[in-house]
Formats: sequence, C-alpha cells, structure tokens
Amino acid sequence: MLDGLILGFHTVLSLENLVLVLAGCAVGTIIGMLPGLGPISAIALMIPITYGFDPASGMILLAGVYYGAIFGGSTSSILINAPGVAGTVATSFDGYPLAKSGHASKALAIAAYASFAGGTIAAILLVILAPYLAELSLGFQSADYFVLMLLGLCLVAAFATNGEYLKALLMTCFGLALSTVGTDLTSGVQRFTFGQMDLIDGISFLLLAMGTFAMAEALLMVIRGPEASFTGLRAPSMMLERQEINDISPVVGRSSVLGFFVGVLPGAGATIASFLAYGMEKNLAKDGDQFGKGNIKGLAAPETANNAACTGSFVPLLTLGIPGSGTTAVLLGALIAYGIQPGPRLFIDQPEIFWAVIASMYVGNLFLLVLNLPLIPYIAKILTIPRTLLIPIIMFFSLMGVYLVSFNTFDIQILAIIAIFAVALRLMAFPMAPLLLGFILGSILEDNLRRAVTLADGQWSFLWERPITLCLILLTIVVLFSPLVRKLFRR
Amino acid sequence: MAGSQKPLKITGALFLLIFAFNGLAADTRSPVEKVHFLIPAGPGGGWDGTARGVGEAMVKSGLVTDVSFENLSGGGGGKAIAKFIETAPRQKNTLLISSTPIIVRSLQKIFPQSFRDLQPVASVIADYSCFAVHADSEFQDWQAVTKQFLSNPRKVKVAGGSVRGSTDHFVIAKALELAAGNPRKVIYIPYDGGGKAMAGLLTGETQVLSTGLSEAIEMHRAGEIRILAVTASERLVDTPDIPTLTEQGFDITFANWRGFFAAPGYAQSHYDNMALTIAGVIDTPEFEVVRARNGWAKLHIEGDAFYNYLVSQEADIGTLMRELGFLRN
Repeated sequence: MLDGLILGFHTVLSLENLVLVLAGCAVGTIIGMLPGLGPISAIALMIPITYGFDPASGMILLAGVYYGAIFGGSTSSILINAPGVAGTVATSFDGYPLAKSGHASKALAIAAYASFAGGTIAAILLVILAPYLAELSLGFQSADYFVLMLLGLCLVAAFATNGEYLKALLMTCFGLALSTVGTDLTSGVQRFTFGQMDLIDGISFLLLAMGTFAMAEALLMVIRGPEASFTGLRAPSMMLERQEINDISPVVGRSSVLGFFVGVLPGAGATIASFLAYGMEKNLAKDGDQFGKGNIKGLAAPETANNAACTGSFVPLLTLGIPGSGTTAVLLGALIAYGIQPGPRLFIDQPEIFWAVIASMYVGNLFLLVLNLPLIPYIAKILTIPRTLLIPIIMFFSLMGVYLVSFNTFDIQILAIIAIFAVALRLMAFPMAPLLLGFILGSILEDNLRRAVTLADGQWSFLWERPITLCLILLTIVVLFSPLVRKLFRR
Repeated sequence: MAGSQKPLKITGALFLLIFAFNGLAADTRSPVEKVHFLIPAGPGGGWDGTARGVGEAMVKSGLVTDVSFENLSGGGGGKAIAKFIETAPRQKNTLLISSTPIIVRSLQKIFPQSFRDLQPVASVIADYSCFAVHADSEFQDWQAVTKQFLSNPRKVKVAGGSVRGSTDHFVIAKALELAAGNPRKVIYIPYDGGGKAMAGLLTGETQVLSTGLSEAIEMHRAGEIRILAVTASERLVDTPDIPTLTEQGFDITFANWRGFFAAPGYAQSHYDNMALTIAGVIDTPEFEVVRARNGWAKLHIEGDAFYNYLVSQEADIGTLMRELGFLRN
C-alpha cells in the first residue's frame, strides 16, 4: 500500500503532471463557478484534449477538473445563491445568508478549508480501506438504498425554519410529487407530462434549485426593496477565530466520513451526501435553530461531504469499473478510450494509474486550496456591485446556466414558472430546502422500493431479512423517534 | 464604484469562455467542406461521443475543414428531431446523430416523428446486445438460463440499464420466447443506467444482465462476469470467445446502430455528397483510431440500403413489441 502511494506520488510529482493537475484544477474551478455547468460538461469537453497524453496524465488532468468543479461550485452558491453544481446546492443554505450578512470572505474561506479537509480525509480513507470498499459498495442492494433514502427523508425536520415543521413537511411532499414527473423507470409509462415532449425526461434537479433559490432570490430582492439585499462586505477578513475552528472541526470530521461512504455507494452521490451531512449536523448541533441563518457549521457540513463523496465515488469506478454517477460514467468512458480496463484487475495490472489518480487527489486538493485562498478577497468583491446591476447579473447567470446544460429553451420557461411559484411560497414563509430534499430523494426512493418489492416477489420481508437493511431500518426508527423520547424524558 | 469594474470584466471573460468551451462559434465564412453535428442529448453520452469522434476524424484526416457541434437534449431526442425538421431550410450542412432508440421511441409514440421524416444518410457503428451472468453463477451457457426460466421464471431476474419496454428488455424477452418461454413472465428489473444495472448483477440481487456489449465487455475480460451470448449474426473479431445466440439455436440478431440523418427537402445529389463524406471518413486511419479507442464495431450502411435497413428493423421491433405486449396496436 505504501509502495503504491510512493509510486503514485512518483508519477504525479513530475513537472508535466503537476502542471496538468494545476491546469485541471483551474479549468474545473472556473467551469464549476458558472451556475449550472458542472463536472460532467467540464470533463466531457476536456476529454479530447487528453487523447495525446499517456493514460495516467490524462486521468490526473480529468480528476483535477472534477475536484476543481466541485470546489468552484460552492462559490456561486455562497455569493449569489445560484448553485454552480448540484452537489453544492446545500452549501447555499447557510453560505448565502453568511454572504448576505457581510461575511462573504469568511464563508468562502470556510468552504475552501472544508472542501480541502473533506477531500483529503476521504483520500486517506480511500487508501486505508480500498480493498474492503469494493465489497461494501456491492453489499448494498435496492432494499438498502430504499431504507437509506427513507433515513434521509427523516432528516426533513432539519430543513424547517423557525420550527415550522408542518410547512417543511408539506414542501417535502411537494418535492416528492415533482420527482414523479417524467418517464417512470419501472413501467416505462409517462407520468404528469401532459403530452409535453420536454417533460419526458422529468425536471432537472439543478433547474429546480436554480428556480427556487437564485431566480426567486433575485425576484425577492426586487420585491422587498433595498433593505433585503446585501449589506456589502462588512467583515472583509477571512480569518477564523479559534472558537470557530473548534466549532467546525468535529463537523468536518463527521461529514468527511459520512460523505465518503455515501460516495462509495454507486446509487447515491455528492448531492445526497451533502444533504445528509447538513441534516445530521443540524440534528446534532446545540444551536441547530441557527441553521439556515448563516451558521458556519451548516456551511462546513455540506461542503465537506460533497468533496468527500467525490473522492468516494472513485472507489466503484476504479476498483469495479462501475460508474455510480453521471460524472464517473464520463470518466469511465475516458479510461476505456485510453485503452484501460477499470475493474478489480486495474489495481494489479496497472498500479501506476490507480495510485497516480489517488496521489493526484492529495496534490489536487492542496493546489485548490492554495489557488483559491488568495483569490477570495477579489471574488467576494462581486457583492459590492450595486444591486441594480447585481440582480440582473444573477438572473442572467441563472438563465444561462440552465440553458447551457440542455440547450433547450423550454427549460427557461419552466425555470420562470418555478421561480414565480417559489417567490409566492417564500413570501408565505415556506422553506425551499425540504422541496429539494424531497425531490432528490424521491425518484431514488421510489425506483429502489419498486425494484426491491419486485425482487422479493411481492413480499415485504426484504425489509428485515438482510442485516444491512435491518440496521438501517432500526437507525431510521431511532432518528424518527429520538426527539419524542427526549421530550418525554425531559418532563 | 471603482471596485465594480473588475467583477464585471470577470463576468464578461467567463461568458466568452463558456462559448469557447461549447464550440458554439460556428464559422459561417467557409461555405464548402463544412459539417454541423446536431446531437439530441447533452455532452458526455453515447450519441455525443460518436458525433464528436466522427467529427474529430473528419478534421484530423483533412476531409472536412469546418466541423461544429450542437447539443440539444429533451424528449428522449425528440426535441432535436422536431427542431431539425422545423428549421430544415437552414440545416443544409447539418447531420443529426441517432440510433436504434429513434425507432423504438417513434413506435411508442414518445415523439410523433420517425426516421421517415428525416433523410437517412448512413450508419457508422453498431453495438450488439449481450446477456451476462455473475462469474460465480451456476449458469454456464444460455441454454442453462432458458432451462431455469422454463421451470421457474422467478429464479431468472433480469437487470437492464433502461426503462421497461426498451431494447435491454425486449431483446432478452424475445430470446427467452424463442426458448419456448412466455415473454410476459420475464421479470425485468430496470436500473437508471448500465453502470447501476451492472452493480445490480454484481450484488447478486439479479441473476442475468441484459445490456450493450460495449458496456459489459471490460467486466467480462476482467473475469467478474460471464457473457453467455451476443446478438450479432456471427462471432465478433474483438470477442471471439463469446458465442452468438444464433449458433446456440436461437434465431435472433439485433444491432443497435448509430448513424447520421440529414434534413429533409434537399436535392438527392446533396445527400449523396454527404454519404460520400461519411464513407470517406470511415475508411481513414484517423477514424480507425477513434473506433478502436472506443471499442465500436463498424456497421456502414448508406443511402437507400440504410433506409431499407431501418424499415425492416422497424418492422421487426414493432412485431416484437406487439407480441410482448409493449405496444397496444
């Protein structure tokens, strides 16, 4: 293992490969910052450039683009509430309020530190646990995914603002309902498409996030007038106080581990990891009621988890040849194009590639931190743009971000409709985060449940027959009833 | 106010960058030797890879000097087809990439158009379907799977990477029907993509995987799964160890072709020129590099022959889907 890591660093620490890591990280960060455009587009567009390189260098560049995109995605989430990539939607829950209250530099710095820590801790876990992880990701069956998503839904209370649980619950159901739009995987039947060809593929998560957050926010700024908009940069310092470091350190540790293991599962991914981490931390925190109002723990948790999940997603890709997400599917295509067979034999046949990618994770994360920290004061200045200019800029980037993913004008119309609905709901103090939670978990929950029932020949015994499922069920019950029990004991 | 200048410049630069990355800047000054590819899906998928691969070979071989790409997703590809037909007078040099699903989806009435509304130019490559089992599986050959299916269909749960009624589903249903089984008894478990279907086979929750050969071949070579049959008419050069269904006594062949279509309403000579361009590219060493890199099997049918091929595949698939109950009429 140590030999392997040394071999990996030997490959990465050549001048050429270091330049490639740097280039990949830089390009990835820029593309990631643009709302909408995520790692899939970034990597797909970079692949042709890599054909001349040797496979290890090509993978190092693409891996750099991947981390960079996730890293950069948090910037637009924090500054303008428009998620750069789907994995950073949860980052805006607390990141944007922080920026709005004048702490943009600090928020960006926390995001950078959290991303770095998440990526690095996950890379360490990857090296130590690599041989066992392949087994773990294949130990998860449809029934387990179903219960895991159920567990995620139980965290919905964490996304309620001011203790308005009923509103949060309603919005979750709304999200679940929206997730049923499009072609049903299990039956092949189109649901709620109203004969619209454009709805066959369903509504994209990013579009929904863009409509409910960025667009709605821009419209609300207009409606509520100057006092609701930014306070500029009240505290330009990006230094953290000792107390703040103490506060977020355990959060970063827990979120790294959670994010990594969720990332290892081929059916989950960075977005779900970030939502789960946010929900978990809110439940654990003593000042949980401050989440959503600019709590640094609420920013650190999803930012750590999404980067850790990205690293985790390399496990099924490299050790099994199974892409667990759209991004890793594109990476798999690149590997095959280089003539490399990812799978259990990669580790033995071409150790230099396996270890070079892992070593590039450490180097890439370090580069991203070094690259991003000095730029933060300049990037944060975006918020000093007068609101008469800033509002149209936010709208422009949201529209463009949505359009550049599909190149379909229908998506822009849907975005406008969603934004108007979201503004109305937000004026009535309905929270938007539970909507997104319900939406992202909904289709995975449904597909896996229906698969599990079919696989069990219509019996429900799958819920307790296997130890993993049973453990997850028990955990769900604990999460669901612990507040009730706590209340009873307090009396 | 001074501080507001820089961010604006940055946004402007980012804006330009997006367009540079997406290759939207199609140059209109070069009237000859120009091809614009319309890809009915986002970047990164099979259609995208094929169009960009062929485009790359065109430029590198010097056959076509000006190549541009446009992605337009939505409606399972229907959005791009509708736009293509609507704007046909402006799409003289455009080639739309498509594949077997265009036939399946028009049969299912997912979109109202069919390949008949476009001008089929040529197919370039094909991916065959294959059926695989876990390396530890008791099934040593396809015969064994059919036997188990006849005695207890519940012991043969089939994983596939796309929705019910898609190619992954009906190809295996037909193969089991040929073994005197009831195709409606096939328990098909759909996953969101070939990768997750593969995971579904490896976790042991399903017994058989029905997928494209290109998606399964690496795991077969790695010894993780065993491909029992492929739907090509004879054994493939790249995979001589995998038997065909035909040689095992099941008379079914199926190719998922990928090919190009031109806009309707132009002169036949223009279509001939386009077909000639594609034929020229396919024979270049540059295309051979792209083909080998991706493990594609060559399937070059052009002009009227391609049209007739589509007509007969549509008839075959239509019959099959009606038999299997995936189509009502």
